[in-house]
Amino acid sequence: MSDPKDFIAGMDSNARKSPTRVVFVTRRTSAQVKVTDEDQVQTYPEVLFRAVVAIEVLAIALVGVALLFNAPLEGIADPSHTPNPAKAPWYFLGLQEMLHYFPPVVAGVLVPGLVVMALIVIPYFNINIEAEGLFLKDRKRRVLIFYLGAAALSVFLLVFDVYVALLPTLIVAGFMILAVESSPQSTSAFRRYLAGRPLSYWIMTWFLFELVVLTAVGTFFRGPGWSWVLPWRS
Amino acid sequence: MSVAKTITSYFEELRGTRIWRSVFRSGTGSSTLHRALAVQQNVFLHLFSTKVRTRMLSFSATWYLGTLTFGTFLILVGTGIPLMFYYHPSVPQAYADTKDLQFVVSSGLFLRNLHRWSAHAMVFLVFAHMFKVFYRGAYRAPREFNWVIGVILLLITLFLSYTGYLLPWDQLAFWAITVGSNIASAVPVMGNKIHFLMLGGNMVNANALLRFYVLHCMILPLVAILFVAIHFWRIRKDGGLYAHQSEPKTVATNAVPAAAKGVQ
Repeated sequence: MSDPKDFIAGMDSNARKSPTRVVFVTRRTSAQVKVTDEDQVQTYPEVLFRAVVAIEVLAIALVGVALLFNAPLEGIADPSHTPNPAKAPWYFLGLQEMLHYFPPVVAGVLVPGLVVMALIVIPYFNINIEAEGLFLKDRKRRVLIFYLGAAALSVFLLVFDVYVALLPTLIVAGFMILAVESSPQSTSAFRRYLAGRPLSYWIMTWFLFELVVLTAVGTFFRGPGWSWVLPWRS
Repeated sequence: MSVAKTITSYFEELRGTRIWRSVFRSGTGSSTLHRALAVQQNVFLHLFSTKVRTRMLSFSATWYLGTLTFGTFLILVGTGIPLMFYYHPSVPQAYADTKDLQFVVSSGLFLRNLHRWSAHAMVFLVFAHMFKVFYRGAYRAPREFNWVIGVILLLITLFLSYTGYLLPWDQLAFWAITVGSNIASAVPVMGNKIHFLMLGGNMVNANALLRFYVLHCMILPLVAILFVAIHFWRIRKDGGLYAHQSEPKTVATNAVPAAAKGVQ
């Protein structure tokens, strides 16, 4: 995540080390050096060998889990007897948690549909191509939009009592506020890092937070009638 | 050292035999050419490039998440096929078969355990892979469409896991699928039609079990294999695994002059 940016130019001007060089002239006519002869290894055997070892390690780990823990198996399916709560598989429990707050057409159709659409269109927007810090350019307008957007989302979640989704929103918004207050010249490396994060990073991180929190709540903290329960108290 | 050398030489000898050479078109030898041919001349391996950037081998570059996801898929196929031998997709036989797998079939319990935990692992790994690719910025042009294929594979994985969830025909399965399929009813206008098409009825019943079985054991795995093949092939076609600073930036940015100034 903290890898250097792609477009830092002029790093290597050693003609012996990289004899082949291509110059890309950008808008403000500065040259960019591209190292063409990077170290490579043969796919066979080097890469394939590593892949096989990785898969074998995984297989051993999963065999260990399979020997230690049994897959659940309950009584035969009985349409006349509804368990309370009836839960979907764990990866859908984030959705089921949202169904608790919003009508099914919103939580079950609109939100997952929009998430899939958003995931598909990610690479077709240039928002992260430049990978520039969100608040570094056009700062005033962007900071204003961010504060308005974050406030609106928080109020919306508050109105619908979705405290479970509000918490990750506030945490990510908190880091974004820290990013607003940071710059590439900040003394702390963490703040420099935050200042350099683009919009797509923030949206995806917020999505990741929501996904993890909602799924965890749906899996561990929901009991009869979808009421709040603590997993360590049976 | 000497053991490794012996194994290598035995393997090279094997590669030189007439039968081996009739099967694999690459021929013998440990030269760069022959190692490249071993990949390029193999119908499965030719999906991959013959060379990979050295730094992409480091664990931190990919965390091997794509490889591991494929690994879970292989385990799932390997355990799924023997499970099919002991299973009838009918009510109530499905549940009895699952019980038999637990208590009667030798290693049946282990097979089912491994299949189920690997399925959970695969869903988790697919998500992890997606986020890792995103945070590395590896979805950017020219790899946009491979990202889209990845999203399709995420959905296929979820459907695979979801359809498999019903097959034991126990209370857990029945009500999880009931809860999940009810969401489909919420689709505007044609929600009930989709729900009916999915289950082959208005509620989870024997028809739904058969549909989910066919989807789980045949249609979805085949579609998954197809898209996995395209996914791998596109890695090669799009210039190999994404590495920072490996490609020219075609987009002009304001940061370039600033950085260039700093260096000069």
